[in-house]
This record gives sequence, C-alpha cells and structure tokens, in this order.
Amino acid sequence: MLYDALIGPFTEFEFMRRALAAVIALALAGAPIGVFLMLRRMSLVGDAMAHAILPGAAIGFLLSGLNLFAMTAGGLIAGFVVAILAGVVARSTGLKEDASLATFYLVSLALGVTIVSIKGTNIDLLHVLFGNILAMDDQTLLVVAFNATITLVVLAVIYRPLVIESVDPLFLRTVSRAGGPAHLAFLALVVVNLVNGFQALGTLLAVGLMILPAGIARFWSRDLTVMISIAVAAAAVSGYAGLVLSFQTRVPSGPAIILVASVLYVVSVLFGSVGGLIRQMFPGRHLEA
Amino acid sequence: MAAQVQFHQVQFHNVTLGYDRHPAVHHLEGEVPCGALVAVIGPNGAGKSTLLRGIVGILKPLAGSIDLGGLDARDIAYLPQTADIDRSFPISVFDFVGTGLWRSTGLFGGIGKPARDKILDAIAAVGLSGFENRPIGTLSGGQMQRVLFARVLLQDTRLIVLDEPFNAIDAKTTADLLALVKRWHGEGRTVLAALHDMEMVRNHFSETLLLARGPVAWGPTAEVLTAENLLVAMRMCEAFDDGAAACAVDDGRSQAA
Repeated sequence: MLYDALIGPFTEFEFMRRALAAVIALALAGAPIGVFLMLRRMSLVGDAMAHAILPGAAIGFLLSGLNLFAMTAGGLIAGFVVAILAGVVARSTGLKEDASLATFYLVSLALGVTIVSIKGTNIDLLHVLFGNILAMDDQTLLVVAFNATITLVVLAVIYRPLVIESVDPLFLRTVSRAGGPAHLAFLALVVVNLVNGFQALGTLLAVGLMILPAGIARFWSRDLTVMISIAVAAAAVSGYAGLVLSFQTRVPSGPAIILVASVLYVVSVLFGSVGGLIRQMFPGRHLEA
Repeated sequence: MAAQVQFHQVQFHNVTLGYDRHPAVHHLEGEVPCGALVAVIGPNGAGKSTLLRGIVGILKPLAGSIDLGGLDARDIAYLPQTADIDRSFPISVFDFVGTGLWRSTGLFGGIGKPARDKILDAIAAVGLSGFENRPIGTLSGGQMQRVLFARVLLQDTRLIVLDEPFNAIDAKTTADLLALVKRWHGEGRTVLAALHDMEMVRNHFSETLLLARGPVAWGPTAEVLTAENLLVAMRMCEAFDDGAAACAVDDGRSQAA
C-alpha cells in the first residue's frame, strides 16, 4: 500500500522517473546556489533574474514553438545580458548592485511581456510561466543534467574567492583580482539554474527550489558546508514528495514541489536548532560561561 | 652620508589622493625606509585613511605616484579602519584567519598540515587559542580585532598597513596587539599605522607623519610632535569646497615644465 503510494508511480511510469531525475539534478545544483544567494543577501536578486529571463524565453518560444532547448538558449542569453550589464554597471559606477539590477530586470520584463502579448496567445505559454516537469523529453533532461553539472564544476572553481568575497570583500580586493570574476561567474550560475528551474517549475517558481532549501538550511546549521548539504537534501526531498503529492492529487507538479518545500520551511522556522522560534522561546537556563 | 643609500619601501612622488577630484591629501612627497615603524597621525579628515588606501591600491592617486619599492600592491597586509566584514556569514575563526594564506594557496592550493599549524600558531599568537571553531559572528569587538591581526600575521608581508587598529579596543587587547606590531618591526617589516593616541605614538613609534590634508611634518616622532606642529594640523580646513578651482600647485608645475 505504502509502496504503491511512494514508489509505485516511479516504477510504473517513465515520465515520473524522468521528473524525479530532473528534480534531483535541480536540487544538486540549485540549492548550493540558493545558499550563497541567501548568505550574500541576494535572495530577491534571484527573483529579479527570473523575470529578466522572460524575454529570451519568449523569443525562443516564438521562433521555434514549445521547444525547451530554444527557450533555454534564449533565457540564458537574456539572463546573462541582464546579469552582466547590471554587474558591470554596479562595479564601474557607484550604483549599488540591487538598484542597477532592478532597472535592468524591469526593462527586460517589460520587453518580455511586450513580445508575449504581440504574438503569443497560446495556452502553451502557461508552460513557460509555470513549467511542466512531467513533460520532460530526453533532450530537455540532458540539458537540465548538463547545466547542473556545469554549475557544480564552476562552483567548485570559484568557491574560495566566492566565500571570501561574501565575508570580507575589501580583503579579497587587496590580495587578489579574483573577486570580480568570481562574482560575475556566480551571477551566471544563478541564471543557468533559473533557466534550469523554469523547465520544471516555470519562470515564476524557478527561484523557489533555490531559496526555500537555503532558508531551511539556515535554521539547522552554522557551518557553510553542512548548510549546503542540508539545502541539497531539503530540495531533493521536496522534489520527490512534491512529485508524489502531485501524482496522487490534482495539484500541479511545480506548485506541489514548492508547497512541500514551504511546509519544511515552516517546520524549520518553528523547530530549527539554530534560531528556531521554539528554541528561542524555551532556550533553557543560561549556561555558566 | 652612507645612510642615505638605504632602501625605501614606499616612496611618494608628489602624491595627491582624493575623491571626485577633491583632494584629501595634497602633494605628498617623501619616503618610508624599509623596516620603519611609522605612525600616521592627524585630526579627523586629515586624509590618514585616504593615504593608506592609496598605498594599498584601493584608491588611485589623482596625481603623482606611489612607488612600493617593487612590491605588488597585493603583497601588502592591510587592515582597514572599518572592515566591511559580514559577521553573520557562517565561517569559523580558523577558516577566516586561514584566508590570510591566500598568497601561497591562491584559488585551489590545498591547506595541508604545515599550513594548518601556521594558522593555529597565528591564532595562538593573538591569544585566541580555543576559539578556532567559533563562528566569527560570536566574537566580541576586541576578539574580532585579534582575529584580524592573526590574519595580518599569516599574510607574512614585508609591508603592513594598519588603519586605526586600536579604536574601541581595551587596554589589555591594545597592549597585546601593540606587542605584535613591535614584533613585526623587530622582524624587519615596514609598518605604517594611522593612530590617534599621542601617548602611544610618543612611546612606541620612532617615526611620525603628521598629516592635515598635506604633510605638516614628517620625521622622528619627538621632532614632529611639537605643540607648534599640532596647532597647525588642528587649523586644517576639513570641508570640500564645491566651487574649488583646479589646484594652483599643479598649474605652477605644468607651466614650469
């Protein structure tokens, strides 16, 4: 009975297996990126970038229909353009990164909406906005896996300067020139993972599988590597449970995954061992030293 | 006059440093010999921090140049006045101090047993043994300053630049960290420190640069810290003048050239 509910869908249906593979790939790559977004106080930057991707994806959609490959390429280009322009403007002028990003993503979003409303009135467009992880073909799955692999490799390369830049940017500037490139590479990874996410979850929810697991991890550890591990696990569990939930009920898969993650998040806020609410309300007697 | 052939760690060639074309330090000429222990003093807004930022290459001079005696700007250990450190970031004292090894490890270099020992030694040298695994967010202000000194120690550079390193630090910590500064001096490193405490400068620093937008006096501490010089420094005008004309000293120079 339990087997039928929890494992059955995946042994029985190939599309469920593909979806599970995709969501695990997303978890492996997206969650670490989310942790860094959160620690660098850029959680909403991810959200902004998700909107910035829209015109590229829309152009890809117009050119070749619901071809996820074309939409991914378009999304990547749009995202990179916005991320790099915003990063360059912020670094070469006094403007703060968030302000310059807000400008560029709003322009991008306006362009995207314009393109969509001129040409696309298709119901398929819902797929762009909300994704469909249950419709993964081989090609798309490979793209997702490829992007996830690239992400992990690049993250390993820039890990050290990225961490130091997050803690003490001025120090990194005085000892190395790696800070700027590391930051830009990180922004690029954010874009890659957002595009990856919107295959499965849509542009609007793509950020969810990055930020929610990071938020969860923050409540369970004070150590960066442990935090990243917890975030990946939380994302993978949310993905799996969301797929099961979606299969057994009529909840669409994307929202189901994010809803499961948000349940985990609420539990973490309440019971988390690092700054959780219950722990704060009943901290126990204070220690001797 | 054989003493004049000594090597210079830092040489200022008519350096003007500032922001938005407004100079904060004007036409500084002079040199810091290798192994010198120099206090940079002056009232608030005198340009002490600006000068140090110029030396470490964060700020480009508006005019003139700074010669580091062949040293790359990245081979300077620099402790800024207000370190822009995200104390909430989950990183341990050990890892944070370890970033001081950047020059030898770079992006990918491993941190083996010798490096680990070095880090532990540096942490012990600033009196923080036992704090290795504490997240930096749990440290007090004085402890954090000790951590920053440990990192400077680990950077192991010939030139060390400290911007008001003893601000808001208690007497015990100040004494400990000052001992470390003297140890660096003893090891032949060049140390420049922006300071406010005249007593400390008189007692511990052999050479002093008194700054008030421009150099008021520079030389042996006892000769610089005269009532007369300090009065001149106090009268310094602090505000930028938005309507200021281009600097006349430069005009004179370019016409002469």
